[in-house]
Amino acid sequence: MNSDYIPTIGIECHVQLKTQTKLFSGSNNDARLAEPNTLVNHIDFGLPGSLPVFNRQALNLAVQAALALKTRPQLSSTFDRKHYFYPDLPMGYQITQYDQPIIIGGKVEFLLNGNIKTVKITRAHLESDAGKSTHPEGQNYSLVDLNRAGTPLLEIVSEPDMHSPEEAKAYVKELYLLMRYAGVSECDLFQGNMRFDVNVSVSKTDELGTRSETKNLNSFRSVEKAVAYEIKRQIEVLESGNKIIQETRGWNDAKQKTISQRKKEDANDYRYMPDPDLPPLLIDDDFIDKIEKEMPPTPDYWRNLLKSLGLGPEISEPLIEANADYPEAGYLDLLISFSEQNRDLKMLANWIINTDIPLQKNGLVKIQERLVLYSETNQLILDGKLSSTNAKQLLADILVSTDQHNNAQEYAEKNSLLQQSDISMLSTTVEKVIANNEKAVNEYRSGEIKVLGFLIGQVMAESKGTANPSMVKDLLVNKLK
Amino acid sequence: MPYWEPILDIVANVKSSKTSALELVQKALSNIEKYKEYNSVITTLESSALGRAEQIDKDIEEHKDPGLLAGVPFLAKDNFLVLGAETTAGSNMLRGFIPPYQATAINKLEAAGAICVGKTNLDAFAHGGSTENSDFGVTLNPIDKTRVSGGSSGGSAAAVALGIVPFALGTDTGGSIRQPSAFCGVVGYKPTYGLVSRSGVVAMGSSLDSIGPIGTRSDDLALVLDVISGRDELDATTIEKNPLGYLGLNSVIKGQRIGVVKEFLGNGVAPDIRKAVDSVLDLLKDKGAQIDEVSLPSTSLALVCYYIICPAEVSSNLSRYDGQRYGYSSNADDLEHSYLNSRAGGFGKEAKRRIMIGNFVLSSGYYDAYYKKAQTVRTKIINEFNQAFMNFDFLVGPVTPITAFKIGSKIDDPVSMYLADEMTVSANLVGIPSVSVPIGVDTDKLPIGFQIMAPQNKDRELLGMVKAMQEEIDVS
Repeated sequence: MNSDYIPTIGIECHVQLKTQTKLFSGSNNDARLAEPNTLVNHIDFGLPGSLPVFNRQALNLAVQAALALKTRPQLSSTFDRKHYFYPDLPMGYQITQYDQPIIIGGKVEFLLNGNIKTVKITRAHLESDAGKSTHPEGQNYSLVDLNRAGTPLLEIVSEPDMHSPEEAKAYVKELYLLMRYAGVSECDLFQGNMRFDVNVSVSKTDELGTRSETKNLNSFRSVEKAVAYEIKRQIEVLESGNKIIQETRGWNDAKQKTISQRKKEDANDYRYMPDPDLPPLLIDDDFIDKIEKEMPPTPDYWRNLLKSLGLGPEISEPLIEANADYPEAGYLDLLISFSEQNRDLKMLANWIINTDIPLQKNGLVKIQERLVLYSETNQLILDGKLSSTNAKQLLADILVSTDQHNNAQEYAEKNSLLQQSDISMLSTTVEKVIANNEKAVNEYRSGEIKVLGFLIGQVMAESKGTANPSMVKDLLVNKLK
Repeated sequence: MPYWEPILDIVANVKSSKTSALELVQKALSNIEKYKEYNSVITTLESSALGRAEQIDKDIEEHKDPGLLAGVPFLAKDNFLVLGAETTAGSNMLRGFIPPYQATAINKLEAAGAICVGKTNLDAFAHGGSTENSDFGVTLNPIDKTRVSGGSSGGSAAAVALGIVPFALGTDTGGSIRQPSAFCGVVGYKPTYGLVSRSGVVAMGSSLDSIGPIGTRSDDLALVLDVISGRDELDATTIEKNPLGYLGLNSVIKGQRIGVVKEFLGNGVAPDIRKAVDSVLDLLKDKGAQIDEVSLPSTSLALVCYYIICPAEVSSNLSRYDGQRYGYSSNADDLEHSYLNSRAGGFGKEAKRRIMIGNFVLSSGYYDAYYKKAQTVRTKIINEFNQAFMNFDFLVGPVTPITAFKIGSKIDDPVSMYLADEMTVSANLVGIPSVSVPIGVDTDKLPIGFQIMAPQNKDRELLGMVKAMQEEIDVS
């Protein structure tokens, strides 16, 4: 492949705002468990005479999003109508902010391969989502579900500041964290709470090449793959002497390729016009300041805090991400509590990353209250009652246990996971091992120090892993003198 | 065709059981039957109206407060959604459509004890000035059956003129309350934009649409406005009503500064209308009003400006009528033809004309030259009116350049039909209240309307002026 080409990538992201009700109607906005077409009122259905009424909660969330994007929202923004015909668009137009969006400017910064990368934000605007159409295979009908019609979206448009699939992926991931931590969206990618459109072009010169837009990507991985595929495809097209056509493409996950959907010439003329039903959205600085004061901590806040607690990016990043993915687990709060109790943060981080998160990812974690469990387990280790190996097993067992009253010490006792630290009992075992391993004992005594490890292993095996290894070592050294 | 008594008297009689709500509703229903040939009413709500009347009579018997408009029968233009009643907007597109919710104005009237007895004819989707665009036939003028009743609220104006009900609701986007009221010789009131909720009223041009009453007396209109006006959480463009309300109007002519809009008295105005306006101005002057001429040069652009902005909004508002969820739907082999056939079959000529104009002025490449420029002109007109209102309490002129025309005489000439709106559209573009008051008849005995406009939110003052005119000078 010709590597003289420089790829340029800009990304549009639709973020579903977590409001109670829809953007312009009082219908419930949470369609996850609802039967089709049950969250629909006269406005969502586009009945004659129905008028949109703006949901102020969406405004608060848009202001929070602006602050998360390191900018202040516009004091005045307006709504426009974008016209096209489709059965899942009941009014025949989408209400969006075309002319004067709520957010102009802003940036997203993230660490990639040790360097800080900045992607500028062009604009972000509020708009209402369309319903969902499905086209059952082999049937002569389509189905429309209007539960999603009118759901508030914030469309965040980046500048074309990215130049590799890795940067594109890192950008969408950071955007995800920003929106999640700002409390703007549930950001459930599986539910389509965040959807990405990637604009990709390649060029050998400073002048940008013709771009393609690959729409409706719903995972970080698919963003990375689609960008990589488009770069490769476009270079191949250009190298074979052909031209790139400006078009909309879709991502086929099964085939791992982008597929042409619509050429530019076929694009709609949306006949944008100001929506006369909706007065301008006016806010003032006091309003923004008040929301800023109540903003939850940002990912950067946590990065800095964890750094000050001695946890570098290799530990803090997976924790910050997992905390966004599973807010109910409260991983970062656990760390703070541990730090307040002067407990071993690295040990806790290690447990969370290696034991807790994998179980959480697979949906296996059953317990709700983690702090007591982790504190008790940590205390057992400090008291020399539990080995780190057994600690991991104990945590894994209790995390997935349906018994919410599991106590770490009791559980360890019941399942023989506690470390044997009783000198007299350990002495008996050590003496037994010395008596049964005459050859090794003689080798040790004749100067083969490394045999000690074998003897410790024998004691551990004899105690079924419960013996305190450092005490065993001391006892052996003493008795073999 | 005797008019009804003043609404305050009707309500007092109902409350004191001198008459019953049931009798009033029965009278209105029999009037509808009696004047059927005029085709002012296209749907009669007999059973629901009788049921509500019985309920109100029962409330009075049980000493419950029956409301400000207890037992008063009224008609609503058929672009008002009324629960359980067919609402067509005069178009085949919505023939048979039964709405599952109703207009805020209807809710408020019903809460005050008024009873909707039927729906009145209109030009389909309120597009027109003669009801000739109705898919339910034309409404005949009560004074001369060979002439139009005006439009688009022609059914409501004719019904009030025929004495079917004491008042009817209309909508006014470019003159649709005032022009038919002028043609039928009744009082038509277009309030300040946003004073009455548009929720549940089939939208025409959303930035222009006003809802108002048609009646025969200023007090009746004020009473109805008092009930239906005010902020509504279902319409973001609504405003608070005057804290004083609209009852107990001050009616004074003396000292009022009245500006006669020069551009509204040009050569196109019929001599009889000119004469009638002049004689009213003389009478007002005699009563102590200060009359001066005022020039509003931008009003000459108002009609052009209106016929860009209005169709743009119409084309957008009519997008929802697509045959997919309700209304007229045509069978087709694929989605695209389902849209094409449903819209081609459901919409009439005028709706299609306005959709095409609207789509044209909004399309990329033409937006700036038409829609945006029209918005600039609109702002200029608004500024000119604001300027004029610094010197005048009211601006006046005729409602229309002509009186009611012959049925069929203009139907094939949309431009001459549009020209009939040239004096009324400005009030909609500016968002100010405007009223049509009957001031006599021409040589053919056809009613002539006098238009009075007031600054935004001066509805109370404007209604007071109408009352003063009705009380102090013999205008008819």
